[in-house]
Amino acid sequence: MYKYDSYDQAMVDARVDEFRDQARRRLDGSLTEDEFKPLRLMNGLYLQLHAYMLRVAIPYGTLNSVQMTALANIADKYDRGYGHFTTRQNLQYNWIKLEDAADILADLAKVEMHAIQTSGNCIRNISSDHFAGAAHDELVDPRPYAELLRQWSSFHPEFTYLPRKFKIAVIAAEKDRAAMRLHDIGIQIVEKDGEIGAAFYVGGGMGRTPMIAPLIRDFVPLDQLITYAEACLRVYNRYGRRDNKYKARIKILVHELGKEEYKRQVEEEFAHMLEQGVEPPREELERIKPFFADPAFEDGAKSVDRSDPDFALWVDRNTHRHKHDSYVSAVISLKPVGGIPGDATGDQMRLMADLAKQYSFDELRIMHTQNVVLPHVKIADLHALWTALDAAGLGAPNMDSIEDMIACPGLDYCALANARSIPLAQRISERFDASGKTGKLGELKLKISGCINACGHHHAGHIGILGVDRKGVENYQLSLGGSEAEDVSLAKITGPGFTEDGVIEAVETVTDVYLAKREGEERFLDTYRRIGMAPFKEALYD
Amino acid sequence: MKVLTGNDLKTGDVIWWTGSSWSRHVDDAADAGETADEVLATEEAARRVNVPYVIEATREADGSVRPAHIKDRVRALGPTVRPDLTLKPKDPEALDWII
Repeated sequence: MYKYDSYDQAMVDARVDEFRDQARRRLDGSLTEDEFKPLRLMNGLYLQLHAYMLRVAIPYGTLNSVQMTALANIADKYDRGYGHFTTRQNLQYNWIKLEDAADILADLAKVEMHAIQTSGNCIRNISSDHFAGAAHDELVDPRPYAELLRQWSSFHPEFTYLPRKFKIAVIAAEKDRAAMRLHDIGIQIVEKDGEIGAAFYVGGGMGRTPMIAPLIRDFVPLDQLITYAEACLRVYNRYGRRDNKYKARIKILVHELGKEEYKRQVEEEFAHMLEQGVEPPREELERIKPFFADPAFEDGAKSVDRSDPDFALWVDRNTHRHKHDSYVSAVISLKPVGGIPGDATGDQMRLMADLAKQYSFDELRIMHTQNVVLPHVKIADLHALWTALDAAGLGAPNMDSIEDMIACPGLDYCALANARSIPLAQRISERFDASGKTGKLGELKLKISGCINACGHHHAGHIGILGVDRKGVENYQLSLGGSEAEDVSLAKITGPGFTEDGVIEAVETVTDVYLAKREGEERFLDTYRRIGMAPFKEALYD
Repeated sequence: MKVLTGNDLKTGDVIWWTGSSWSRHVDDAADAGETADEVLATEEAARRVNVPYVIEATREADGSVRPAHIKDRVRALGPTVRPDLTLKPKDPEALDWII
């Protein structure tokens, strides 16, 4: 894992001091809310429905046990004993007091964490593959490149006031586990003629105008990675719309210019910038790489005792193949039946931290699907790990199933939401668990957003649900056929919306259609793509 | 009735204008009537409330106050998915009031 150097620490400490002074001036009346709001947002502090909300950055979703324990302690000391893991691999606290905010940032800084650039029209936390450095199918570990991008984008003076927020994801496998093409810039580390480089996809995103990022360049040499990213940003910063926030994301610029014209402008800027020499020295990347070196893996058992069916089910569903054959990556589900997706108590966070230290070389990852990963677990340790997780309510065997839903905080917490998301997730998971249908359905990604901003990724759900406000009453639109993986696609709306009870029935109906029409080993998404929308619409509305 | 609401500057708590001060309980809310904008400006300037705004609400027969929009009813009580964190954690029927 990356360790702060003296520059990193000094920057973060200085920001804490600066914010402490800003908060003090807000509290004593020297600053108005209009003056203070952009300052607090630059430090991840929002005002939500019930209180201030603090969003903490977890760079590319990687953290260690000390950091996870610190997050737990903050939840207990300053919040109400829990935190919410988000779809951008971050953590949010829902009940923060302004008068405590600077102290929280100071506690974070002590463990090399912060909330900088988790809001505002800047480059946000870089996200990545949650199995990075562990997956059997990756070309290289993408995190050194994500870390280089983090350093480049932190406090970058030119990109502090972009037309709109800007999200970057980096992966290094053909299998996309980071919704890479639904980011403003998606970078895939690739190999060409024996050389490692980067493919750039630019102009993706969800929100009210979902778009899949087109490929802008299939290979950028690694010693030009930052320069190319900067050229992409520069064209956007110069020509992205600032007159209408709903048309200000880079996806709109790329769409309106057209991919070829956007690319032409980027290449022109890139050529100019290469002459200026803005690329960090190669030595910096070489300095970063050892922080992500493999831990000392040991040979051991290659399989588990499957005599306990509950354990065997969890192994089948919640572990992922590792690059070392004596290890797996273990997914800790934060989706217990009837629970709140992504929420974890302070005690659960401390337990996950302890288990990471004991079983996973002190490393944890946050998934964009709002779960937690222990990336390097010996197969021989799996039963002991599962036993500890299950006892703490963290052993749900449901990864990538209909019970493993993404759900945004929705109207229960979020000031932007139009409808509640979490109660739907709770009722759907209870219903499918009770009926025993979850296992029959196999991989089925259901994603729920409480408003058009799509924090719950409903556009990318095999089944998506969008909450809307219909004359002051919650209403839900159903959509089908989305994917955020390497087979990326955008879901299509089925038709008129439903009440809360109605949309839950509708989910049941579309899964029934799938089970009736499925051929062979088809997933829900495969069947939908083969038979189209018509049979589902017929079952829903006729 | 017109009700004034906002968040406490220090704590972020949801608060309601009572006619003379601010309360965490929506049932204490007063009808601000034509004075709403004036009160908002004064109270915000005095830092007794943050990001205040006016909502429509009704006073029920039992004297309680019910905001017209579900969003403000969620604000008034707390998250429907965490009854233990609402202002009425021991009232199992409280959440029905929101929906």
